[in-house]
Amino acid sequence: MDQAMIPEIGHFALILALCVSIVQGVLPLIGAQQGRREWLVLARPATQISFFLLTLSFGILAWCFYVNDFSVLYVAEHSNAQLPTVYRIGAVWGGHEGSLLLWIFLLTGWAFAVAQLSKTLDEFMVARVLGVLGLVATGLLLFVLATSNPFERLLPAAQDGRSLNPLLQDPGLVFHPPMLYMGYVGFSVAFAFAIASLLSGKLDAAWARWSRPWTITAWIFLTLGIALGSWWAYYELGWGGWWFWDPVENASFMPWLIGTALIHSLAVTEKRGGFKNWTVLLAIIAFSMSLLGTFLVRSGVLTSVHAFATDPRRGIFILILLSLVVGSSLFLYALRAPKSTLGGAFSLMSRETLMLMGNVFLVVAAGSVLLGTLYPLLIDALNLGKISVGPPYFNAVFVPIMIPALFLLAVGPWANWKSTSITVLLKRLWVAALVAFIAAILIPRIMGEFTILTALGFLLAFWIIASGILQIIKQFKVGKPTRSFIGMQLGHIGIAVFVIGVTMVGAYQEEKDVRMAPGDTAMVGGYQLQLLGVKPAQGPNYQATRGVFELSRNGKVQEILSPEKRNYDSSTMPMTEAAIDAGLTRDIYVSLGEPLEGNAWAVRVYYKPFVDWIWGGCLLMALGGLFAVMDKRYRLRTKKSLLRKD
Amino acid sequence: MKRILTICLFLCFSHASWANEATPLAEDPALEQRLISISEEMRCLVCQNESLSGSRSELAQDLRREIRDLIRQGKTDAEIRTFMVDRYGDFILYRPPVKPITWLLWIGPFILMVAGIAALLMYLRRRSGQVHNATLTEDENKRIDALLREDK
Amino acid sequence: MKAKFIIPLLLFIVLVAFLAVGLNRDPREVPSPLINKAAPAFNVPQLADPKKSFSPEDMKGQVWILNVFASWCVACREEHPMLVEMSKSQVAPLIGLDYKDKRADAMEMLARQGNPYNLSAFDSDGRVGINYGVYGVPETYVIDKAGIIRFKQIGPITKEVLEKSIYPIISELKKD
Repeated sequence: MDQAMIPEIGHFALILALCVSIVQGVLPLIGAQQGRREWLVLARPATQISFFLLTLSFGILAWCFYVNDFSVLYVAEHSNAQLPTVYRIGAVWGGHEGSLLLWIFLLTGWAFAVAQLSKTLDEFMVARVLGVLGLVATGLLLFVLATSNPFERLLPAAQDGRSLNPLLQDPGLVFHPPMLYMGYVGFSVAFAFAIASLLSGKLDAAWARWSRPWTITAWIFLTLGIALGSWWAYYELGWGGWWFWDPVENASFMPWLIGTALIHSLAVTEKRGGFKNWTVLLAIIAFSMSLLGTFLVRSGVLTSVHAFATDPRRGIFILILLSLVVGSSLFLYALRAPKSTLGGAFSLMSRETLMLMGNVFLVVAAGSVLLGTLYPLLIDALNLGKISVGPPYFNAVFVPIMIPALFLLAVGPWANWKSTSITVLLKRLWVAALVAFIAAILIPRIMGEFTILTALGFLLAFWIIASGILQIIKQFKVGKPTRSFIGMQLGHIGIAVFVIGVTMVGAYQEEKDVRMAPGDTAMVGGYQLQLLGVKPAQGPNYQATRGVFELSRNGKVQEILSPEKRNYDSSTMPMTEAAIDAGLTRDIYVSLGEPLEGNAWAVRVYYKPFVDWIWGGCLLMALGGLFAVMDKRYRLRTKKSLLRKD
Repeated sequence: MKRILTICLFLCFSHASWANEATPLAEDPALEQRLISISEEMRCLVCQNESLSGSRSELAQDLRREIRDLIRQGKTDAEIRTFMVDRYGDFILYRPPVKPITWLLWIGPFILMVAGIAALLMYLRRRSGQVHNATLTEDENKRIDALLREDK
Repeated sequence: MKAKFIIPLLLFIVLVAFLAVGLNRDPREVPSPLINKAAPAFNVPQLADPKKSFSPEDMKGQVWILNVFASWCVACREEHPMLVEMSKSQVAPLIGLDYKDKRADAMEMLARQGNPYNLSAFDSDGRVGINYGVYGVPETYVIDKAGIIRFKQIGPITKEVLEKSIYPIISELKKD
C-alpha cells in the first residue's frame, strides 16, 4: 500500500463514521419513539462500527506521527523528527484538530462500553442512550470534517516539522489531556441516560441506578486529569504555583463541581427516588459544562495560556453545536420534568436534606466560577469597558462558599435517611468537633504562625477526618463495610487531605530569591542548599545548563538536585526545568534563573510543606470513586430482577 | 610569626563562613516583598496569563522597575494601583475594583447562595406537604427500605 | 409550578447570546483610559539630534499624530508604508516615538524604509511609553490642538483604520 494513501484512509474512516453516527443517532431514537424494533436494534451494531472506525482513524493519525509523515499538515505543525517517540505520540493531541479527534475517539469508546455492558438493560433505554451519544458524535464529526480535519495534506511534504512547544514535551502533559477528556466525554453517558429517561417519559429510579457507575467513572478520570494538570504546572512552570484560576482551568473545574454534586444526587435518586428532576438537570448541566469548556478553549473568546490557535469559523460552529445540544436538552427538560413522580418522604432534618444542601453549595460554587470567568466577556459585550477577573476574586469568593460545604461533609454520613434528630447528631459528632478544635489551635502554633484562615483550614480538615474515623470504627462494630462505604470514606478523607495540603502550603511555604556562586549555601525551611557547580548538559533536542545542588539538613546530606535551563532547538525562549526533592511532609524546589556576573546565578528556592498532599488528596478521592464503582456493578448483577420490574 | 599566622588563619576562616551564605537577589528584600504582593495582583499585559510579578517579559520588568521607584518614593499600595490603572485601565488589576459595573460580580455569588438556600427551603417545605399524595406503592417503599438496610 | 422548569433554558439562551457577541471581540486588546485626557507631559531628546529635545507642549495649537515604533518590531516595519503614505498626504504632523531602541538601529530603519516623521523623539528606557499606556508596539495616538488624546490605535495602522478612523477624526478636530 502506498504510504501516501494511509492518511486518506484515516480521513475516509471519519466520513464513514459520520454516516454511521447519523444512523446511530437518528434511527434508534425514532424507533424507540414509534416502537419500531427494526430501528431500535440498529443502535448497538452502529455503535460498534463507529468505535471501530474511530479507532482506525485515530490509530492512523498516531501512526503518521510515529513515522514522521510530514505530508500531513497537522503532523508537520506539531512534531518533528528530533522529537523523542513518546512526545511524538503525545503531540497527536497537542493541537486543536488532533485533540478533537481524541475527543470523538473517546466518545465512541464510551458508547461502545455502554453498548457492551448494557445487556440487561431494557432495549428501548439502550436505543435511546446510544442514540443520543450518536447524535453528539454526529455533531462533533461534522465539526471536524468541516473545519478541523487532522488529515489535511501538505503537498509537497515538509522536510521536517515545526516541533512541539517545549512546554508540552513532558510526560505529565502527555497524559493530562486524555485523562481530562475521558472525564468530559464520560459525562456524556450520564447526559445520554438523562435524556433517554426524559424521552421515555419515565423518570424513575432505574435510570439513576444505571447511570451511577458511568458517572462515577467519568468523575474519577476528571479528578485525575485536573490533578495531573495541576501537578504538571507545579513542577514544570518553574515558580511553584499549582492553580491559577485560568479560564481553561476553570472550564475543567466547573464540570468537576457539578459532577460531584451529580454523583451525590444520583445516590439519593437511586436509594430514595427523590430529586429526580434535579439529578436529570445536573446531568445535563455537567455535560453542558464540558461542551462549554470545549468552546471556551477553541473559540478565542477568552485569553488563556491553554487556548488553541483560534479561528472564528470554529468558534461559531462550536457555539451552534453547544446551543443545539444544550438548548434542545433544556427544552426537553422543561417539557418532561414536570411529569416526574416524587420520591419517598423525608423530613427537614435528614440525610436527604443535608445532601441537597451540599449540592446547593457545589452548584453555587460552580456558578460563581462561571460568573467570574465570563464576567470580563459580559462587560466587554455590553461595551462597558475591559476588566480582569483573576485569582484574588476567585479565592475571595470560592473559599467562603466551600466552608459550609466542607462542614456538612462530616455531618451528612451520620444523618439517617428520612429523618434524623439534631441531638443524635451532636452526640455522634462532639468527639470529632473536639479533635478539630484541638488541631485548629495546635497545628498553627507548631508550624509557627497562627491566622484565622489557617486555623479554619485545619479545623475543617480534621473535623472531616475525625468524623470519618469515627464512622469507620462504628461500621467495623457492625460488620464488614461495603465498597460503597469505603469509597465514601476515601473520597471524603481525600478532600480533607487536600485541604491540609492547601492550608499548609499557603500559610507556611518559604521562598527565597538569591544570588549564588559555586560554594554558596541558601537556607530555606530548615534546609541548606549548597551550589556545587554549574555545567553544560545535552538532551535529545536541547542544550542545557545544569546546576548541581546539594541538599542537607542538620549537616546530613540528603539529595542532589539538578535544575536546568534548557534551550530547545526549536524555540528561542529558554525553558526552566526545576529540580524537586519530593517528600511526604515537604517539597524542596530549586530553579535556575538568569546568569549573573562573577560566575554566579540567580536561584529561586522554595520550601513547600505538605504540598504533595494536594495531589495525594485528589488520588484518594479518585480511589474512593473506584471503590464506589466496584460496589455498584456487583449490586447491578444481583438486582437484575428488580430492574426487570421497573 | 605565630601570631600573624593565627590572625591570618582566623581571618580566612571567618571570611569563609559568611562568604558561603547566598545573598538575597534583591537589594532590599523588604521592598521586594512589597513589590511582589502588589504586582501579584496585576496582570502582565504582554503574557496576559501571568501576573506582573512572575512574568519575564520586558514590559513586566519595566513596570516592576516603576513600582519599585514608586515604593521608594513612599507611595501607598492604593496610589501605586491608581498609577497603573490611570495608564492601562482596570484590565491590569487581577482583583476587579468594586464599582457599579462590578457590583454584580462581587455580590453575585452571595445572591446565588441566598437564592439557592431559599429555593431549597421552599422546595422542602412544599414537598413535605405534597408527599402524602406520593405515587409510590407500599411494595416499592418496602423494597427501598430493604435496599437501605443492606447499604448501611 | 410549570414555569420554573423553563428557567434553565432561558438562562442558557442569555449565556449563548453573550458568547456570540464575545466571538467578535478581541479579549487581548487593552483599551486606553487616556482617551479624552491630556496627553502626558514628557521631555526627551530627539532621535536624529540628541542635543535637541521634544515635548508635546511644542505641538500645542495643532492637531498631531504620535506614533510609537521600534526597529526591532516586525509589525512596525509592516505598518511603515502606511505611515509614509500618511505623511505624504500632509494631513497632520507625524511625530515618531522610538521606544526602547538603539539610536543607530532606528536611524538605519528610517534611512532604509523612508522617514515619514516630521521628527522623532527617543524614549530609551520606555518611561514615556509607560505613561502613555503602551504595552505593545506599534501604537498610535491622535492628539488635538489643546493637547488632549482623542484616539488610540493599538497595533499596525491599516488602510481601513486610516480611512475609517484616523482621517475622519483629524478633519473633525481641525475644525475646532
